[in-house]
Amino acid sequence: MSTPSTSSPPTPAIVLDDVHKWYGRVHVLRGVSLAVAAGERIVICGPSGSGKSTIIRCINRLERHEQGRILVEGTEISDEPRTLAAIRREVGMVFQSFNLFPHLSVLDNCTLAPIRVRGLGRADAEARAMEYLKRVRIPEQAHKYPPQLSGGQQQRVAIARALCMQPKIMLFDEPTSALDPEMVREVLDVMIELAESGMTMLCVTHEMGFARRVADRILFMDRGEIVESGPPETIFDHPRSERLRGFLNQILHQT
Amino acid sequence: MARRLLSALVTVVLALILADIAWHFFSWAVLHAIWHLPENAAHAPDTDLCRAAIGHGACWAVIREKFRFILFGFYPYDAQWRPALAVLCFVALFALSLAPKFWRPSLILLWIVILAVVGVLMWGGVFGLAFVAADQWGGLPITLILATFGLAAAFPLAILVALARHAEGLPVIRMLAIAYVELIRGVPLISLLFMSSVMLPLFLPTGWDIDKLLRAQLAFVLFAGAYLAEVVRAGLGALPRGQYEAAAALGLSYWQKTRLIVLPQALRHVIPMLVNTFIGFFKDTSLVLIIGIFDLMTTGRTATLEPAWQGFGNEVYLLLAAIYFAFCFIMARISRTLERRLAAPHQDIEEPA
Ligand SMILES: Nc1ncnc2c1ncn2[C@@H]1O[C@H](COP(=O)(O)OP(=O)(O)OP(=O)(O)O)[C@@H](O)[C@H]1O
Ligand SMILES: [Mg+2]
Repeated sequence: MSTPSTSSPPTPAIVLDDVHKWYGRVHVLRGVSLAVAAGERIVICGPSGSGKSTIIRCINRLERHEQGRILVEGTEISDEPRTLAAIRREVGMVFQSFNLFPHLSVLDNCTLAPIRVRGLGRADAEARAMEYLKRVRIPEQAHKYPPQLSGGQQQRVAIARALCMQPKIMLFDEPTSALDPEMVREVLDVMIELAESGMTMLCVTHEMGFARRVADRILFMDRGEIVESGPPETIFDHPRSERLRGFLNQILHQT
Repeated sequence: MARRLLSALVTVVLALILADIAWHFFSWAVLHAIWHLPENAAHAPDTDLCRAAIGHGACWAVIREKFRFILFGFYPYDAQWRPALAVLCFVALFALSLAPKFWRPSLILLWIVILAVVGVLMWGGVFGLAFVAADQWGGLPITLILATFGLAAAFPLAILVALARHAEGLPVIRMLAIAYVELIRGVPLISLLFMSSVMLPLFLPTGWDIDKLLRAQLAFVLFAGAYLAEVVRAGLGALPRGQYEAAAALGLSYWQKTRLIVLPQALRHVIPMLVNTFIGFFKDTSLVLIIGIFDLMTTGRTATLEPAWQGFGNEVYLLLAAIYFAFCFIMARISRTLERRLAAPHQDIEEPA
């Protein structure tokens, strides 16, 4: 389960090579390097403000990095419209606050990008949307509008919406932290299923149970750096750095 | 108990006051009104009868006598069926736009076709219709043309300007948009109209002569565009950042994002403000009076300048008020229908913390 598929020429799904980012004069990413193999499941954790969201958002260019290189499926990210479009087609993203389009029905949320960006016909797009809505277990909500759904349902729609583009990589930025506790489970279950289907995933989350269960690798970030990385057992049970020990203490006492 | 009594008393007193006002109006407008005048020796209506009734009876005969001039100004008398038809075209267009079942993309096409038909009717020069220069147009069609073409052109302009003000990556375009809005907003419409009618010709190459109506129309579009742009910008600003990000993350291009995600939501937020601005500008068209364009307000005023008819302004202005009210009321209704329609399937949009 924890061995990423190492078939023929192994182009990493994502490569970050000494990536730096500043917000004004604040240095928020300080030389992050990382290679993610196809099919690998990565969980990123770390204290608030450590740069977790920023890394995720640089990978699909919602934020721009100032230095270093980011390659997605072997293509270097740039502002060149065609490159950008190609990368965003292959990278799906799920946000903490769902960000569904409230003026479109659940079904239209799911078919919009496949039709407009992938050029799918409406019938095909709808069939595909229903398939993914079934996978996230809410096909019966297809004709409702997002504001009529619970948070957990909205987040599952958001996952289905991203999957409808059939991306090779999925990014999650704290997908369960805006949810009431009783809804966290239903979203995590969907994510576990997705992980088991072989999707390349990068998740920012503090759900340690989830991390232990699906992560191939955990990255611990602090102050814009990857401080430690390794399989869950190593990170959780044998933390090496003081910073990670402090962080683990903190979240274990919270939950 | 004392409160109930007091409120009942207030109600009664108010009702009595209203009834008294209504009675006076009824007495003036109906009971003592003069609807028809005998002819005098010169075969013109003898207005002395009306003059004797001034103060206690309305002289509706002035409307009967002058309504064609008020509605159509100096448009050739025999061809006035053409502006009449143009007005009907506008009314039909507004009525169709009111019915949700016609809200399809083809409605825009219908707008274009009808506006073209209006142009043909008014100008003529084709299909055997005699040519009528724009300086002979007048009355209601002028008001409707200025308002409808003006807003139809100002609205897209406003959207582009509002988008430009939001374009963070394009500082020059952004500055231009800000300069446009601030310049136009800082100047009264009257001075814009003067500038367009007096100054613009000075800047144009000799031999170029843009029609006065067109120049006023241009000033009007620029003015309405600036105000509407601010309304649209408020809508854009109200949209949560996450909506832009989600659309971008799905790979939508800038224009797809704008057309499919941003504008539908941003405009929906500001429908009441938009329509409010529309109504304001509909009435502001009456300001073209000062540059000598015979819109509805000007023809109405002119009708009572003739010596025989002087002193009957109340009746004419009541008619004008009724016409303006009817069109503004239609707009208000469209706004209400739109709000209800677009809000129906949703609950209030709430952003999780
Ligand atoms: N738009 C912005 N402008 C300025 N500074 C920002 C901006 N976004 C983030 N930052 C700063 O960048 C740093 C990293 O932020 P980031 O959102 O990546 O942290 P995070 O690890 O995701 O934290 P959290 O757990 O709170 O989500 C923080 O210090 C934050 O204050
Ligand atoms: Mg974050």
